[in-house]
Amino acid sequence: MSVADLSGKIPNNVDLKSDRRLLRALESWQPKFIDWWMEMGPEGFQADDVYLRTAISVDRAGWAHFGHVRMPEYRWGIFLADPVPDRKIPFGDFAGQPAWQTVPGEYRNMLRRIIVTQADTEPASVEQQRLLGQTAPSLYDMRNLFQVNVEEGRHLWAMVYLLQTYFGRDGREEAEDLLHRRSGNADKPRILTTFNDPCEDWLSFFMFTTFTDRDGKFQLQALAQSGFDPLSRTCRFMLTEEAHHMFVGETGVQRVVQRTCEVMSEVGSDAADVRRAGAVDLATIQKYLNQWFSSSVDLFGGERSSNAATFFATGLKGRFMEEERYTDHVCLEGTYELPIVQGDRLSVEQVPLRNAMNEVLRDDYVDDCENTVRRWNLVLQNHGREERLYLPHRRFNRRVGEYAIGEFGETRFDPQGNLISEHEWTRRRDEWLPTAADLAFVKGLMHPVVEPGKIAAWIAPPKKGINDQPFEFEYVRHPAA
Amino acid sequence: MAESSAPQPEISFRAHPDHYVHWRLRIDGDVAHLTMNVQEDRPLRAGTVLKLNSYDLGVDIELADAYQRLRFEHPDVRCVVIDGALPRVFCAGANIPMLRSSSHSFKVNFCKFTNETRLYIEDASRHSGLRTLCAVNGTASGGGYELALAADWIILPDDGNTAVSFPEVPLLGVLPGTGGLTRLVDKRKVRRDLADVFSTLAEGIKGQRAEQWRLVDEVVAASQFAEAVERRARMLAEEAAALRPDREGPGVALPELVCDRSEPDLLRWKYVALRVDRERRIAELVVRGPDAAPTALDEIRAAGAEWWPLRCFRELDEALLHVRFNLLDVGLVVLRTEGDPDRIMLVDDALGEHTSDWFVSEVRRLVARVLRRLDLTARSLFAIVEPGNCFAGTLFELCLAADRVYMLDDTGLDDDERGVGNRVRLSEANAGTYPMSNGLSRLATHFLQDAALAEAALSHAGYFDAQEALAAGLVTFAPDDIDWEDEVRIALEERASLSPDALTGMEANLRFAGPETLETKIFARLSAWQNWIFQRPNAVGERGALTCYGQPLMPAFDWTRT
Repeated sequence: MSVADLSGKIPNNVDLKSDRRLLRALESWQPKFIDWWMEMGPEGFQADDVYLRTAISVDRAGWAHFGHVRMPEYRWGIFLADPVPDRKIPFGDFAGQPAWQTVPGEYRNMLRRIIVTQADTEPASVEQQRLLGQTAPSLYDMRNLFQVNVEEGRHLWAMVYLLQTYFGRDGREEAEDLLHRRSGNADKPRILTTFNDPCEDWLSFFMFTTFTDRDGKFQLQALAQSGFDPLSRTCRFMLTEEAHHMFVGETGVQRVVQRTCEVMSEVGSDAADVRRAGAVDLATIQKYLNQWFSSSVDLFGGERSSNAATFFATGLKGRFMEEERYTDHVCLEGTYELPIVQGDRLSVEQVPLRNAMNEVLRDDYVDDCENTVRRWNLVLQNHGREERLYLPHRRFNRRVGEYAIGEFGETRFDPQGNLISEHEWTRRRDEWLPTAADLAFVKGLMHPVVEPGKIAAWIAPPKKGINDQPFEFEYVRHPAA
Repeated sequence: MAESSAPQPEISFRAHPDHYVHWRLRIDGDVAHLTMNVQEDRPLRAGTVLKLNSYDLGVDIELADAYQRLRFEHPDVRCVVIDGALPRVFCAGANIPMLRSSSHSFKVNFCKFTNETRLYIEDASRHSGLRTLCAVNGTASGGGYELALAADWIILPDDGNTAVSFPEVPLLGVLPGTGGLTRLVDKRKVRRDLADVFSTLAEGIKGQRAEQWRLVDEVVAASQFAEAVERRARMLAEEAAALRPDREGPGVALPELVCDRSEPDLLRWKYVALRVDRERRIAELVVRGPDAAPTALDEIRAAGAEWWPLRCFRELDEALLHVRFNLLDVGLVVLRTEGDPDRIMLVDDALGEHTSDWFVSEVRRLVARVLRRLDLTARSLFAIVEPGNCFAGTLFELCLAADRVYMLDDTGLDDDERGVGNRVRLSEANAGTYPMSNGLSRLATHFLQDAALAEAALSHAGYFDAQEALAAGLVTFAPDDIDWEDEVRIALEERASLSPDALTGMEANLRFAGPETLETKIFARLSAWQNWIFQRPNAVGERGALTCYGQPLMPAFDWTRT
């Protein structure tokens, strides 16, 4: 694509056509992105017309523009939220000073690492989900999957924009590396462990978009506070899209629960009966919930973190709604009461607040997840059922931080957050986390339903369609053979 | 700065693979696998958590022990593969909270010991054909990468994550303290501008660029990593076998040393005794010569770890480490010997004759290392030569290592009173068997002004009496029996009264005349720069970078450059 084509085809509000540096960088990167998309994007649907939302500007009318489009021709754009005039650094040692419009040299490497780590999750999730289109329970769901995928792609563009615009040659190299790593590939794994975990069935996908994308929301929220203004503006715009991903996840699980309730009212609550009737039993839903929540909780990093303290001190990464919810934006005084493992018990340690910023953000995340589970339980309640889903404790099944399983499994927690023995863990693990048989069962339910208006038996249809279209709408059109 | 002032429990330097806490040693034919597996809740001193394979002195004591034992107990092993037991981190270097809470003297001695261990790894490669391959199977930062730098070959997986790094300057405001900077440019010959970039980039360098910049030797895909490590270990083992084909089993087991501590302030091993005069801050180190000196190889091999030079110098090594770490206010160590010097000459004959035997050769290298440990011990060393001493050959190295030598001149006495007389002697062992850090023999360094003086001393037939020794320049002073007691007493008291810091600096400047080597550079840079930076407010002040690391406050520097 020529430079002229590029600036015309890429919707943007960053004056791309007169930014020679960015144009030059994108000229090289954009074809590689398309190659990556063709190789690692949704497998088997690149020629389909998908009813997608494209952002063509940041205003209310422009960011939700719907129409059928082939995914490789999707107009991935570069958008920053509108600048806040005279914006100040909201927190940390430089609170109150004018926000940085360029990268401060002394924090360049740190910022680049923050951005690369965030950016790496975007293509990673596309890779994790690349085969799911083949087993979509309806065209509606298939379309939602692809919407999530192209938007993760756009989020990659947003981060690449920052790397290419503000980080020179290093940034361009990092942008290329983002296309070279591969989720789950031992040789070139994605940076964060969770993004190397397989996501092979739709229940996993809905849990992923509920819990893992919600981590993304909170990370973006924290970065939206950043004293580096271009990062703040980028993240603010990304958040509007991230909200849709969580909608897909939350309503997805809700519809699975809905269907399970319907089946239970016909065949009773025995798991084997529910399974025989083609729905997912509640115990299995709970295990999936446990798996993906615990894996997503890890993404916030260590409970006591010098990086977190540095990121806050330097004004690079703040708290969720920093300006609205807090009055002390310096945080040199307070402490955070953190339960830590001491031998066979937990004791509370006072951690300096700045060092506990990961945990502060995790608190908000856990609250948000609690609300989600509460909404799922409304479905059970409305069906007059006694059973309830629950959110496992944040200490359950961790691989990162204070509560991580030791090398020899010496630190284990049950879903209520109690320390338990390795023996107890081994004995009860299969009650809490999906077994190979559970995974195989769920996988066995995954048969594609591609007829408009039809849906698989393990999930209820949505209450309404996308963009006021009916459920029966042909959200994805397969090219005639 | 929370430096602990409470008396610390004594540090023991003993270790055995059966009881390693932090390493797993597995021997598979001619390759040994040494896996770093630091137990975070088992630090040497309570109060720190050894996260992410970060090490303290206890970890390094086991590492040093492993190499010592591989050299003696497993002569068939020709390559050591060092890797880490953690999934994403090879080794995070020296533990920062441990350093932060340690006294300055502990920090300096800790760094010195870890440096000696790294040099020991290189010594094993150069002289014993024991190659080291570092399989950096996770990020190696700071001291973690410095450990890798001591290896003959460094392999890094190209997984997009694993990096080598020196975060000391950008994150901690100090220097890599284990010879890392020196090894970058001197050993690995990394271009200095690239080394400059690398040493200020906290996240380090990964993948192909690490190889292009010569920071590592080989970068391979993660899935081929294990195979590449195995292949390279084979190559190194074969190369080493060609270098020292004589190294073959059975090995010589190194039993735990026995030290009698029944009397206060006296440590008594079989051949070494250390008596501490706490009030005068003087320790007396007495080395006793052998009771028997076999010269036939089969007798020597039969003696094994009991062979005098091996046992004696292992004991001396333990005594020196005890002085360094556990006797912090002892400023002066008096070196004495007792025994039959003729037997030392027999020992030296055997050491010189059986150089083609790997065991004898290992013993020579061990004696050399312990003597360098003595050179590098930051205490004043005075050798006191009195009748009945055995400062001959190998043990005369103690005199040559000393800052001063006092020899009682008994030449004025009657033959009846003198007996064999107070005497010293050189042997071939003084001609280069035990090189100093500067690569020269102690005798050559001693007579740097004129090599002929060293030649003359070496060709002197038989013993030197005090007058001859003084004339030959082998001793500093030779007071007669009338002056002796007072001269020595005053010398010791005067020395013990001088500023310990000034003496440390002065002695380090005077001891290592002659050429620079990687080793002298490492120790000189360590003492001059790192120890200076470690004391400065920009590192350890209230807002120093080391103080603030991991804390909520960011460092604030005094921008004045020297």
